[in-house]
Amino acid sequence: MKKLSILTVLLTGSAMLFSQASLATSDCGEIIIGSAISLTGKYAANGVHAKNGYEYAISVIKEKGGITVGGKCYNFKVIYYDDESKGDRAATLAERLISQDKVQYLLGPYSSGMTKAIAPITEKYKIPMVEAEGASRSLFNKGYKYIFAVLSTSEQYLASAVALAAEKAVENGRLASSVTIAIAVENDPFSLDIRAGVSDDAASFGMKIIIDEKLPRDLSDMSAILTKVKLLKPDLLIISGHTKGALTAVRQIGEKNIKVPMIAITHCEAADVVGNFGDTANGILCATQWSETLAYEDELFGTAAEYEMGFKSAFPEYKNKKVPYQTAQATAAVYVFKDAFERANSFDKEKIRDALSATDMKTFYGDIKFSEAGNNIAKPMVLRQIQNGVYNVVAPSEFASHKVIWPRL
Amino acid sequence: MDQILSNLSMLVDFPIVNLKILIDGIMIGAIFVLVAYGLALVWGVMNVKNLAQGDFVISGGYVSWWLVQQGFPALLGVPVAFVVMWGVGWVAYKLVISRVIERDMFTSLLATFGLAIMMAQILNLMFGSDTQSVDLGYDTLFFADGLIDVPIAKLIGVLMATVLAASVIWFMKTSRMGQAIRATAQDARAARVMGIDTEKVYAFTFSLNSAICGAAGAIIVMVWLIQPFYGIAYAIRAFVIVTAAGLGNLPGVIAAGLGIGALEQFGAHIFGIGYQQAIAVVLLLIVLIIRLIQQKRNRQVLK
Repeated sequence: MKKLSILTVLLTGSAMLFSQASLATSDCGEIIIGSAISLTGKYAANGVHAKNGYEYAISVIKEKGGITVGGKCYNFKVIYYDDESKGDRAATLAERLISQDKVQYLLGPYSSGMTKAIAPITEKYKIPMVEAEGASRSLFNKGYKYIFAVLSTSEQYLASAVALAAEKAVENGRLASSVTIAIAVENDPFSLDIRAGVSDDAASFGMKIIIDEKLPRDLSDMSAILTKVKLLKPDLLIISGHTKGALTAVRQIGEKNIKVPMIAITHCEAADVVGNFGDTANGILCATQWSETLAYEDELFGTAAEYEMGFKSAFPEYKNKKVPYQTAQATAAVYVFKDAFERANSFDKEKIRDALSATDMKTFYGDIKFSEAGNNIAKPMVLRQIQNGVYNVVAPSEFASHKVIWPRL
Repeated sequence: MDQILSNLSMLVDFPIVNLKILIDGIMIGAIFVLVAYGLALVWGVMNVKNLAQGDFVISGGYVSWWLVQQGFPALLGVPVAFVVMWGVGWVAYKLVISRVIERDMFTSLLATFGLAIMMAQILNLMFGSDTQSVDLGYDTLFFADGLIDVPIAKLIGVLMATVLAASVIWFMKTSRMGQAIRATAQDARAARVMGIDTEKVYAFTFSLNSAICGAAGAIIVMVWLIQPFYGIAYAIRAFVIVTAAGLGNLPGVIAAGLGIGALEQFGAHIFGIGYQQAIAVVLLLIVLIIRLIQQKRNRQVLK
């Protein structure tokens, strides 16, 4: 008898939960968005960061009253497929989302490579896609009209380090053109863009690039490059090779006691160089799309710092680490969609495309305004320096909270 | 081209750098030797070309990395990885290898290739696709105005590799099981006639190989880094070394391993680090061509 009563309590309880849930959804309609994203394979870690960013945005939008189109409220629902970190798979899945699941709008995958694989398909079917994780500039010189990226393109990642090195040279009574640069980047679209950005800026100052090397995809040792660095003593060392590049570089820079006055790398947070190598990481400059210390703000997510706190309480697995910028920009992408739907006041994908193209908004992630080509031209890249194990913003100067420590040792 | 020339002139201008590159290469080579020795063992005894060799290495690395995450000292990772990977090797043998051992070469290649994919994906699901490493926090020894650097962590790694290799060799020479393994490698059928339980020998050999790889992986995670999909890099090098040295030629394996380590470093210095691995593969090609020519010369007519 007692067992029965527990059962009834449980049943009524779950029934109540059910009715509540259905009540909430019956209030609002659903807007279905598709996304092929890397949940397994080599990009899985960042793919999951991005997916969590999407999901967090969707839940916050739902909490704050949904999206209003034609006087009715709607919520986003995303159909995810796992692209296994493979470009051809991503392309197939985009086709499937569009032709089988009849999805009219897409959120981007993770990485420039996957985005590149999907872009021709969204163009073919004229499906607007807002992406947050493909930064390669090659995405924006093909005349694509249906792709919109909230992040800064990759050639900007470390370009500000060049300006900073020039500034320091002048301060120390040297010509900016006397600065010498060593570049070691991976042989992939993203890192090659970084190299292009740095060499363009270096050329404009008349600086010389004395080491110019490509890192292999499965890098685990770069002592050959660092030996050359020791011999040729450049003023600025640029390294970009995703997580493995950051880990290898910081470890071996410490082991070999490399004394370059300025070192700038990418993927510091993803590689957790401070947690892994402690003091060795001090003084290194890290490029980031976003930082929770920046003074950006919007009405949906609050300030950048509030976004971080809110996200951490929704996803407790991030409690003891920094919320990666990959997550923040994924959230921003969903926000851009919401904004476009409300301004278009329609579900017509052409009208949505036009509304996206006219986007001009301030968000917790930074300002968002798209160029003809679809890349965000309103948000700068930020350079942070690791100072006593803390990431402090040092450039560009209007956002800097701390002064850069130069030379780094 | 300019870059290659300037790199070459750097080697001439700073002769000490040659020594440094050589030392770097030999330290890396020592790890390759371990992995290649395990491969030669399995290849020679069971005639199985184990394509999953590199994934056993990476798995061992993850065992050690996981231990460190749990708060255990990093050096403990090497023996623990040896033991854990012994178990993994035994399971892999019983599940997969024992079924393909009598079949033709392609079946065993396919089976171990499948095993390699499975292991990489399982590691990816368990630990994620991030690159991981363990920092021992030891200092670096500097010589020649700081141009030659020998990180103590690497030195420990090389030392452990040497101890492990020496004890395996000693075991093979002196123990009863070692004798049985060598007998089976010479002629499995004769060994069986002599009362050696070859099935047991096979299981033991494969587990031993897996354990050696595991220990090598635990060393690698201390001096470089690991990622679920890095196995293939080690598998390729092991194949190059064993092909170059020949089966059952232990001094050859050691020489080839250290040599490839050094050549890779020189190649990386001269042609750029992007070509470091290409050099291993080019070496494989050269070795195969030389071997073919040698065989041609030995071709004889039956009278």
